[in-house]
Order: sequence, then C-alpha cells, then structure tokens
Amino acid sequence: MKKSTDQVVFLAISYIVTSLIAIFTLFPFVVLIVNSFASEHSIIFYGYSLFPKEFSVDAYDLIFRSPDTILRSYGVTMLITTLGTATSLFFSSMAAYVMYRKDLKYRNGLAFFIYFTTLFNGGLASYYITLSSTYHLKNTLWVLLFVPMFSAMNILILRNFIRGSIPDSLCESAKIDGAGDFSIFIRIIIPLSKPALASIGLFTALGYWNDWWTPMMFVERQRLFPLQYVLYTIISSVNVSSSVVQNASSVTMPQESLKLAMTVVSTGPILLAYPFVQKYFVKGITLGSVKG
Amino acid sequence: MKSLKKPGFFHELAKNKVLYLMFLPVAVYYILFAYVPMLGIVVAFKDFNYRDGILFSPWNGVDNFRYFFVSGKALQVTTNTIMYNVVFLAIYTIFSIMVAIMISELASKIFKKVSQSFMFLPYFISWVVVSAFMYNFFNYDYGLVNNFLRALGNEPINIYSEPSYWYILLPVLYLWKWVGFGSVLYLSAISGIDQECYEAATIDGANMFQKIFKITLPLLKPTVVILLLLGVGRILRGEFDMFYNLIGNNGLLIDNTDIIDTLVFRSLLGTQDFGMASAAGFYQSVLCFLIIMIVNTIVRKVDSESALF
Repeated sequence: MKKSTDQVVFLAISYIVTSLIAIFTLFPFVVLIVNSFASEHSIIFYGYSLFPKEFSVDAYDLIFRSPDTILRSYGVTMLITTLGTATSLFFSSMAAYVMYRKDLKYRNGLAFFIYFTTLFNGGLASYYITLSSTYHLKNTLWVLLFVPMFSAMNILILRNFIRGSIPDSLCESAKIDGAGDFSIFIRIIIPLSKPALASIGLFTALGYWNDWWTPMMFVERQRLFPLQYVLYTIISSVNVSSSVVQNASSVTMPQESLKLAMTVVSTGPILLAYPFVQKYFVKGITLGSVKG
Repeated sequence: MKSLKKPGFFHELAKNKVLYLMFLPVAVYYILFAYVPMLGIVVAFKDFNYRDGILFSPWNGVDNFRYFFVSGKALQVTTNTIMYNVVFLAIYTIFSIMVAIMISELASKIFKKVSQSFMFLPYFISWVVVSAFMYNFFNYDYGLVNNFLRALGNEPINIYSEPSYWYILLPVLYLWKWVGFGSVLYLSAISGIDQECYEAATIDGANMFQKIFKITLPLLKPTVVILLLLGVGRILRGEFDMFYNLIGNNGLLIDNTDIIDTLVFRSLLGTQDFGMASAAGFYQSVLCFLIIMIVNTIVRKVDSESALF
C-alpha cells in the first residue's frame, strides 16, 4: 500500500524525534563509560570528552588492587538484594493470595489496611525515631532488609493478577480434593503466577540494588555500606581517597577517572542484565496499569 | 435469627485461621513500619528528646509549627514543591504520550525495540548515578558542556552557584529519567485500543493526525486523567532522591530548590531540629491526605469507575 503524504510526514517526524530522544537518553552512559577509560592526565588537561586523547585502566586497576571495600559492599548489596527480594516475594504473594480468596470475609478490609499506608504516613521524623530508637535498627543489616521490603502497590498488583488469571473454580476443586489453604498457595497459586512474580520480583530487586537512602538514614558502620551508598559517598565527597582505597598515600590518585570507574563498577551489573530483564519490567508496568 | 446468620469476628478468624495466619507477616510489617510511625506523628506537638522518646517527651503545643510558618520556610518549600511537581507532571505526561504515540506508529520493529530500550534505561539507575552524570557534564573545570563552551570561546557556566540553571535542568533531568517509563505505560494503554476504530477511520478518509487527535487521544483520556489525579494527590511529595543527590546541601541554591522533603531531612539529620522536621512532616502528611481524599471524592462523583478507592 502506498503511503499518503500525511503518513510520510508523521513517520518522518516520529523517526527523527524518537531517535533524538533515544540518543539523548543514552548519551550520558556513553560519556561515562568512555571517560572511565580515559587517563587522569587527559581528563585534567582536556576535560571530559567523547574521544579521550589517552586511554588507561588505572582507575579500574586501583579499585581492584585493594578490592576489600568494593567486594564487601558488593557482598552486602547481593545479600540484601537476594534475601530481601525472596522474602518480599514470598510474603507479598501469600498476602495477595489471602486477599484474593473470595470466601474470606475481611479480604477488602485487609486490602484497605495495606492501601491506607500509601495515603497517609507519620512523616520522616517519626519514622526515623521509631526505627532507630524504639526498634534499635540503626547499624544493622535488618534495617537494610526491612525498609525497602514491601510495597503496597506491588501486593495489590499481585492480587489483581491472581484474581484476573486464576479462576475461583480451580481453588474450589482443590479444596474439595482435600488441599489445605497453604498447599493451594504453594501448589497452584505460585506456579500459575510466575509471570507476575518475575516482574514484581525484578522491581523489588532493583529497589534493593539502588537503595542508597536507607543506609544514609540508618547506617554509619562502613562494614555495612551497600554499593550504591559507597558510590554516593564517593561522588558527594571531595576527597575520594579515604573511602575507597586504603593505601592511597603511596600512589597519585586518579580522582576524576576513579569516580567514573566506581560508577561503572556499581552500575555495571544492571547494565549487563538490562537486555535480558527489560521485558519483565515492561510487563510489570502493564500489569500495574490495569486497574483491578 | 439474625445473630445466627451473621457469624462474628472471632468465628470468621477461627474458620479461616490458616488464611489469616498467612497474612500475618505482611500485617506485622505494616503495623511496625507504617502504623506505629503513624501514631508517632504526635511528635510534631512535642519538644522531643531522645531520653524520653516520642511517648514521654513533653508537649509543647504548636510551638514547632509557629517557627516553621513564621520563618517563611513553610511558604517557600510549599511553593517550590508544588511548582516543581506541576512542571514535572505536565512535561512527563505530554512527552510520554507523545513518544508512546510515535513509537506505536513506527513500522520498523528493530528501531522500535532499540529506541525504547535506550529511553527506558535511565529508569534503572539511581539518582546517585545521575549526579555522577551531572558531574561529567557540568563540572566547572573538566565538564563536557564547559569544555564545549570554552572551545567555542564562551565563558564556562557554574551551575552549582547559579540557581536559575536548575529551573531548566531539573525538569530536563526528570524527563530524561522518566520518559521511558511513561512511554511504556502509555504504550500499553494505546495497544489496548481496538484496531477496528482506526480501520473504520481510514475507510472514512481520516488522515494520521486526525486519527491521533480524534481517536487515540480521546481514548487515552481516562488513563491520563487517572494518572494526573494520582500525580495531583502526590503534589506535596517531592522527589527527595533527585533533589538531594543533585543539589545536596548547597547553600547557594537552597532558596530556589528546597522542597518539603529536603527541609525535613536536613532538619532531622543535619541541624537536629526535631521541631522543624516533625512540624514540616506533619504539615506534608496531613495536607497530602486531605488532597488525595478531595481528589478521590471528585473523581467518584464524576466517574465512579475511575475512583482510586
């Protein structure tokens, strides 16, 4: 079919605008990665550029020469991300299943109990005081696990997914066959909600991975710093040397390229995983936008 | 008769005890991490000290609020928060819809995929990383933008001492981070539109632009309205991550970029001014709650299907 003029005009505009925006969003990533391989000398003399004059891996070398801090913070991040996501998914989907069960009289009350927390909160001061001086969660791994753990929206999205994809009759017939409430959840609900669990799980994992706020509020012990917070301290501090590299005095610090290399090292896993997990996020957004 | 038909609260709990037990972990979490701090909001009316805790610190009436309002801080941070959020919401909505419509019409599958992947990428990184980007571009000595300006023979700019740049930068950065997410959201709404509408319009001789303005946009309206209302409900909640990472405690920029959330944070952990922190927090929470209740009531009157709850 031959395209009419208006179609041609519209498509031309679309291709141009979309390309421009795509380049605009990608550009900073390119600048970051390229310059993390630039030598300190070329950054100091020529500044950041798209085509550095001298290449070097000094900054990466420095990070991995004394990798204790980095490896430890990687460890903390990995631990809270995996443990937190698994716990969150299990209990979130369990709560979602409970609210899906039609024979439960107070299911809507429970849903509102969760939803209400998104409408009203006690403010940061009260939250901070409660967690740090009432629960004594300051400087513990627990605080890093608990604070980002549950999201009311995610739980409700899971409930909507279960409601929309698993017919009540399936539950009922399982019940007649003698299955208990918990085993219905394990044997039927979990296997059938895999697509939603994958999406919500990845959103939760991303939340844990990128969480710098919780450690900033509640953690002062350097041993417990997750990756994102180490990065935060490096970028926001003028003097890099003390926080990443212990034996800094003996070498001249490539401060500028070090900042970039640290950013790459801490964001790398996300960028690498991105092409494979993107579709689950897209699905997750679509799930969330369907109102239940 | 009636009492026989209506099983009581405890009867229901006993009958479904396994289900209620399964809900318990999440319930305990929300009680500990949401409802208990909610009660702690009374700290706004107290002269808080750590020794006595929230419960036993002495009451001081509205003293905390007096300072918050008299100092002019309340007006300043409220104006800033609302102003930025309105601009963010407007450009986010417009650009997301625009990009979604464009992408949905593109023929090349690969181009669609690649461009969408690029746009969605910023959603995955934290504002900490964005602040590193800002440093790469706008660092006074080495930044890419300043290099470019010097190469052209212009004066380099110092965005960390001049507030006016941020009126442009913050919305642009917000857009940069969220337009991919938003376009995915609206794209899924567009893909829900019945293709027959377009086919019928084509037969009737409608051109592309007519189809967009007469079919796509009107059919997107319910989604847009809902999302805008959600946005309005959050109008007093600032993007703390963004403002704090990009600007931090920069005194030169504070009057123009201080939002309620950064003020609360700074008062709490920086200056240890619990009175200010709790008063501003109370003000934000209560107003937010009222706004969202009003919004929801209006929506329910106009179109009960679209109400939030």
